[in-house]
Amino acid sequence: MGVARRIIPCMDIDAGRVVKGVKFVDIRDAGDPVEIGRRYDRAGADELTFLDITASHEERETLVHMVEAVASEVFIPLTVGGGIRSVADVRRMLNAGADKVSINTAAIREPDLVREAAERFGSQCIVVAVDAKRHGGTEADPRWEVFTHGGRKPTGIDAVEWAERMAEVGAGELLVTSMDRDGTRIGFDNALNRAISDRAGVPMIASGGVGNLQHLVDGVIEGHADAVLAASIFHFGEYTIAEAKDYMAAAGIEVRR
Amino acid sequence: MSIAVIDYGMGNLRSVERALVHVGAPRVEVTDDPAVIDAAERIVFPGQGAVRDCMSALHRHELVDVLDRVMRDRPFLGICMGMQALMTRSEENEGVEALGHFAGTVRHFRRLTGDDPRLKIPHMGWNRLHQVRRHPLFTGIADETRFYFVHSYYVDPDDEFLVQGRSDYGASFAAVIGAANVFATQFHPEKSQQPGLQLLKNFLSWDGEPCS
Repeated sequence: MGVARRIIPCMDIDAGRVVKGVKFVDIRDAGDPVEIGRRYDRAGADELTFLDITASHEERETLVHMVEAVASEVFIPLTVGGGIRSVADVRRMLNAGADKVSINTAAIREPDLVREAAERFGSQCIVVAVDAKRHGGTEADPRWEVFTHGGRKPTGIDAVEWAERMAEVGAGELLVTSMDRDGTRIGFDNALNRAISDRAGVPMIASGGVGNLQHLVDGVIEGHADAVLAASIFHFGEYTIAEAKDYMAAAGIEVRR
Repeated sequence: MSIAVIDYGMGNLRSVERALVHVGAPRVEVTDDPAVIDAAERIVFPGQGAVRDCMSALHRHELVDVLDRVMRDRPFLGICMGMQALMTRSEENEGVEALGHFAGTVRHFRRLTGDDPRLKIPHMGWNRLHQVRRHPLFTGIADETRFYFVHSYYVDPDDEFLVQGRSDYGASFAAVIGAANVFATQFHPEKSQQPGLQLLKNFLSWDGEPCS
């Protein structure tokens, strides 16, 4: 196999600051994305994801400066998402130092954006975020629907077909979040993740629902995730990245250490 | 000591520039000016995206001749597409002639991974680098250290002796090639944390000789 399964801490950003902060021992500023990024880098995170949760136009400039500051200090891949609406938005984030840009709502409103951005900058930097909820189907053969606006707006689009289509038009990676599981701490929706991972052909990041380290293992083994994204279990100091990697390695999963 | 990072509009060059500055490069110029490139003591040739776009951008910026010159006589580091573009040709985009500094072909990963659905393309993430032979740019980096890769095509050189490092994804492939003053990595040292920074630091002090 060779390539390691990745662990990606995800930070919510508001006005250039990490929302609710991150708890590290001795941290001077728990909301500073540069310091947190540096800490996670040192702790062994494989990538970092920053999601701008307000994504207002006035704060774009703040976000660009934040990305520049983090990219000057942290030399692992950085993904930036939230409010990416155009090829120009993608370019600004890449120029600021993001390695990948995550596109969500705009991909649904304007699917050509993914194709255009991938053609312009390469698939390797285009992540499509798929927020999905169970809807219809049966327990044995479930279906999921794409939602937008933090899981509030249904789109009527089948999530697995959508993910497959996004990979075809140029997404180099898929960030799949179960809106049923997000914030529940009961584990990923591994049936959803597996359905997408097995069909889309591009790397899939599992997100939504992590409450303990076994959930990360399940995400890889049952959900076929290439990477696992988590927020609270790392931010609030419950587990370190090293503990997560030790646990995954003990379950036979290849990790970078 | 000046370093030219060649800018032909393909990819995130700021990361390369920042990483070089971080490891102590006193003067880094991100440039498409042949005169600046000619005057630089070291050359970094990065790149991302599709090979046809890369080659046409190199022609459009009139960089082919100057690249050819500097590849002969000074420390030269190719990264990702900047490695693939050194070969004779690529199978991407229905076949594209590349710079031809090294004899060989760039091929799609499906050749190595077969139909295994667990082996995603692009090959993305941290993979082990097996150091095939000693090289000054590997100084201080343990064999089998992981580096960050993201690519859908791999380099298949005609001459096995060019291969400095190998990685596995479906099968073994050339992750680092080099000869004389030219060294090229499929992975991104600028995104590979401490080991990547170490490699860039080694590049800053490299005299361009393959073995010391």
